[in-house]
Amino acid sequence: MTRLLALVPLGIAVLAGCSGEPVHGGTLAAIRQRGEITWGGDVQGGEPYVYEDPAQPNHVIGFEVDVMAGVARRLGVRARMVQYAWSNLVPSLERGDFDVIANGLEATDERRQRILLSEPYFVYAETLTVRTDSDIRSVFDLRGKRIGTLNQTYAYDILRMLYGDVAKVYEGNEEPYTDLELGRTDAVLLDNIIADRYGCTAQHPTLKCLPDDVARGTYVIGVRKADPELVQAIDAALASMRRDGELEQILRRFKLWDARQSAPPPSEGHANLARGFDGGLVLQFVAAAWVTLKLSVLAFLLAVPIGTLLAVARVYGAPPIAGAARLYIELFRGTPVLLQLFVLYYGLAPVVSLGPVEAAVLGLGLNYGAYEAEVYRGALLAIPRGQSEAARALGLGPIQTLRHVLLPQALRIALPPMTNDFVSLLKDSSLVSVITVIELTKRMTIAAVDMRGWLIPGMLCAALYLVLSFPLSELARRLERRLAHDQRPLAL
Amino acid sequence: MISVRSLCKRHGAREVLTGVTATVERGETIAIVGPSGGGKSTLLRCLNYLEGFDAGEIEIAGATLVPGLASADPVLRRLRSRVGMVFQQFNLFPHLTALGNITLAPRIVKRASRAAAEAAARALLARVGLADRAGSYPHELSGGQQQRVAIARALAQEPEVMLFDEPTSALDPEMRDDVMEVIRDLAKAGMTMLVVTHEMQFAHDIASRVWVIDRGTIAEDGPPAQVVDEPRTDVAREFFGRIRRTSP
Repeated sequence: MTRLLALVPLGIAVLAGCSGEPVHGGTLAAIRQRGEITWGGDVQGGEPYVYEDPAQPNHVIGFEVDVMAGVARRLGVRARMVQYAWSNLVPSLERGDFDVIANGLEATDERRQRILLSEPYFVYAETLTVRTDSDIRSVFDLRGKRIGTLNQTYAYDILRMLYGDVAKVYEGNEEPYTDLELGRTDAVLLDNIIADRYGCTAQHPTLKCLPDDVARGTYVIGVRKADPELVQAIDAALASMRRDGELEQILRRFKLWDARQSAPPPSEGHANLARGFDGGLVLQFVAAAWVTLKLSVLAFLLAVPIGTLLAVARVYGAPPIAGAARLYIELFRGTPVLLQLFVLYYGLAPVVSLGPVEAAVLGLGLNYGAYEAEVYRGALLAIPRGQSEAARALGLGPIQTLRHVLLPQALRIALPPMTNDFVSLLKDSSLVSVITVIELTKRMTIAAVDMRGWLIPGMLCAALYLVLSFPLSELARRLERRLAHDQRPLAL
Repeated sequence: MISVRSLCKRHGAREVLTGVTATVERGETIAIVGPSGGGKSTLLRCLNYLEGFDAGEIEIAGATLVPGLASADPVLRRLRSRVGMVFQQFNLFPHLTALGNITLAPRIVKRASRAAAEAAARALLARVGLADRAGSYPHELSGGQQQRVAIARALAQEPEVMLFDEPTSALDPEMRDDVMEVIRDLAKAGMTMLVVTHEMQFAHDIASRVWVIDRGTIAEDGPPAQVVDEPRTDVAREFFGRIRRTSP
């Protein structure tokens, strides 16, 4: 399983379309009595694991559906899949929401300490993908190279073990290979299921998957610690499926069968990589906070002039100009900034290949420009009419009137909402992690997985956001006081 | 100095000015009076083109105004540096000090140096009796002081004509005298002025001529001794009669 926590960044229980009545876990006897074994999985993992049948949207298919059907048949019961966010499968199993987990669950030492694991039903391999003209031959040639992977995967752990925190971390399966093809990275390390389906395909003729497996791992069925008899029954069922060829048939049907499946199962290679709290972690957080601050300040410096131009165009422009400004505002305010970042970074890549930071600054700046425009428009409209009349009567032209009379007064009115917007931008800047920029929030989600806990990274992250936003609010407050020396609150 | 010919202006269906024709010689002070809604302020605002008009022509301080001038027309820029205007609500710029208000136009329209503009501004502040308030922001000044700064601001352009739109109407009675005094001094110094006012005493004492404006036209035009003391038209009689009854 690959996408892990990335799908549910805070790991909060998200019951995506859990079907029907609550499911109570039970022992093997309870399963037999019920005539049904329930298993937890997440359709967001996609093809070939468990996914919605395009022909029948309420029906799930996938090789794990067929594996569990085979297991259930040998237990003399039916199998039913229950939808849970992947990152919550283990705690949900422990709570008794379903009987077993069967969804890309990797066999690791660490996991074995918490729940029981069956024999493997699939052997995957970490596969290195490079451009066809690359001189990279193995995972040991990657020093100083730009490497893409998905967050919270075995591949990510391998890269961290070998080279430290160097990987460029993506959120979707397709994007690492798009960027590799565009030359934004030099290699992508991911498991062979993803590499075969997204990387080394006809869509990417300039990419090749290196033949040597970087590492192998297995998918197993997870069972509660209290159910050793259930794991024995499942192991017997899997052994029977392996003997009579049903497992091979299933894997072949999903084009997953390869020589690795009949080779002796690999040893559990995951070293315990759990990380403690140390100075290096704090430095990484501070560096990420610097990225957040830099992005936000640059984006806001872009948003302010854009907003000013748009506001002036909307208030004073001739109809076509005012209309164009309005269209811009509606377009950028009315569509998700996430989508705009995607378009800038991936969509425009064939035309202009922006770096992730440039795309992030541009995307946030263009988007916030639309919000600023409305703030400034309101401020301009709040200035008494006599001000522009007096300026005109003194012989100031339209531009001079704007620059010397209206905009300075609009700034005083707009300052509190601008401060608001900047603090909001500071936090919205976390969205740029979708285009591989590691800023403060992303650093927190990565650290939370590395440390196997949210408390310390969460507190560090919150503290740094406050450290960034509070002085800015304070600065704005002082500026406001200086500019608005004549503005007293109205008596009530 | 000023010549207005057949000036017409309408707001939608309502005719605000219905063919105003008048002339003003250099050095004259015209008091414009009349019932509210009669078109006094509109006429004044047409004279520096803060409002456009639909027909007619105005010649003022060497500029010729016709209907339909664009707001950025160079004729208007020239006009406004020769015609100063003072508003009922002062309209000082709240983000600038008294000195900043007065020097803004000279510095950016006439490109005067800061030192020259400030020296001139301080002289003007002294002339309106506010030499010590150069660094004050508008909200730190009383209404009468603000209006005197506004007059200084208009004078900084060295205008040939000054337009006053009810300059004392927003002021408490005790503050009016200071502003009146400044306008009186300007009249004595020979400034050409048009003053929309309700102050009959002022009209009587300072104006060289009084215009009574009613229903969009000049109903009566003559020296104050004639118009105020012996009005010929009903509207003037009624207007001054009412004023006399209400003011001591």
